[in-house]
Amino acid sequence: MTVTAPSATTSSPRAGSRRPPALGGFSAAVLGIEIRRVLRNRRTLLFILVMPAVFFLLFGLPQRGQNLDNGLPVTGWIMISLAVYAAMVATTSAGAAVATERALGWSRQLRLTPLRPAAYVATKVATAMVLGLLGVLVEFTVGAASGVRMPAHVWVESGLTAWIGSLVFAALGLFVGYLAPAENVMQFMGPALAILAMLGGLFVPLDVLPHAMQQIAKFTPVYGVGQLARAPLTGNGLDWAAVGNVTAWTAFFGLGAARLFRRDTTRV
Amino acid sequence: MTDTPPAVELAGLTKTFGPVTAVDGLDLRIAPGEVVAFLGPNGAGKTTTVDMLLGLARPDAGTVRLFGGTPADAVRLGRVAAVMQTGGLLKDLTVAETVRMTAHFYGHTRPAAEVLERAGIADIADRPVGKCSGGQQQRLRFALALLPDPDLMVLDEPTTGMDVEGRRDFWQAIRADARSGRTVLFATHYLDEADAYADRIVLIRQGRVVADGTTAEIKNLAAGRVVRATLPGADQAVLAALPGVQSVEVRGDAVLVHTEDSDVVARHLLTRTDARDLEITSRNLEDAFLALTTAA
Repeated sequence: MTVTAPSATTSSPRAGSRRPPALGGFSAAVLGIEIRRVLRNRRTLLFILVMPAVFFLLFGLPQRGQNLDNGLPVTGWIMISLAVYAAMVATTSAGAAVATERALGWSRQLRLTPLRPAAYVATKVATAMVLGLLGVLVEFTVGAASGVRMPAHVWVESGLTAWIGSLVFAALGLFVGYLAPAENVMQFMGPALAILAMLGGLFVPLDVLPHAMQQIAKFTPVYGVGQLARAPLTGNGLDWAAVGNVTAWTAFFGLGAARLFRRDTTRV
Repeated sequence: MTDTPPAVELAGLTKTFGPVTAVDGLDLRIAPGEVVAFLGPNGAGKTTTVDMLLGLARPDAGTVRLFGGTPADAVRLGRVAAVMQTGGLLKDLTVAETVRMTAHFYGHTRPAAEVLERAGIADIADRPVGKCSGGQQQRLRFALALLPDPDLMVLDEPTTGMDVEGRRDFWQAIRADARSGRTVLFATHYLDEADAYADRIVLIRQGRVVADGTTAEIKNLAAGRVVRATLPGADQAVLAALPGVQSVEVRGDAVLVHTEDSDVVARHLLTRTDARDLEITSRNLEDAFLALTTAA
């Protein structure tokens, strides 16, 4: 089309400005609104920020003064474990938010916009990871303020491992979110996560469990992340069983979520 | 630019759910700029048709073209937007946040403040969506649909469940938006809405188009009368040839003549035939609607 008389262009005045969104609709601005939205929810804040911190004050502080075999504090062991717990609750609940949005019909509304489904999921994962980081930071801050002292590399390595490892739970959250069309999916996920955390050795060392239970526990999804996050503190080195555990569960939840996600978005 | 493709082109559209045929070989062409009411009773197949038109449901047979392309193309470029009956909103966002967030899903949009204003909800921009009334939420959906400045706006029963005042406010917002050139298709089962707002009415029944015309034409369909008489062996061809007769129907010994000029039919029946028990009844828009949209 060339330049035409103004009267002839009125039928589609903005034809030239029509273009799909960059990055399929993924944007930092939307991420910002999502994070604000989550932080506005007092219930979520209670579960991902307040509760793990309170657990530390209740169960960690009484162990003050006790040391592991390598001379580092038991409180550090507990703090790192609870940081993993905080991050896993945060990322799971952020991922599982897709269940709420599907139940409310928001996902359907989104299908009438150019937002690519992959960009939607990327936003959810990014939101989950920001919340997970927040969970780790709050736990570490409470620990540091309560007198936990560890070498700097342990803070950094354990913190990063707890945080990045929580990606497996973002995948778990998405998996559950696409599985259950329930608005209140976290009501049953909360207790389920507590049991997984227990089996994963986040609340008590696995040694205190019966032997058979210990063997089973090593195959549950929290065990690997907990072991790896505490490794810099315990100095146990790289535990290949733990690496295998994390890899296998990330693959399982990730592929499961991807499969359900495809079914959900192609369902017409 | 030659031969602008139609805004909407549905050909042989069919959708079945188990034993139920919801949409049955529906054909429809809408030219750019038309304001069309898609009118039919509940269960006529309106929502299923709209879902297929928007690419939310896949037709079992037939095709959908929007501006010559697929619904997905039109959605991706923001050429089509819709206000759905059941489209969800996030209760924990405010009205303004919902608009701002949705704006980021498009490549190009009108300013958020402008669409809030045009949808008549600028004054409740900071209200959480969960605290908005049904009518306010519907106007928010309308604001979201205005964001991409679409060439085609689809509204699926947009005022269902609203009170009289809510409906009036909603249509006022739509009217105020009367940008020349925007194609509007709205599904409704309210006759007065179709009458007041559409240039063209498409009547649908059991998944098929049963009448399609300008509002005036549909009203003319409805403006006629029915002459009923008992006349065994009535000569349908002669009756149908009388001036103004639209249709002739024989039910047993009775004959029903739909006509624009009941005097001519009555005179003919009483003077040229053995007709007796003659009755003349008038039809209004509602009768026409019912006659056209309920199974015979």
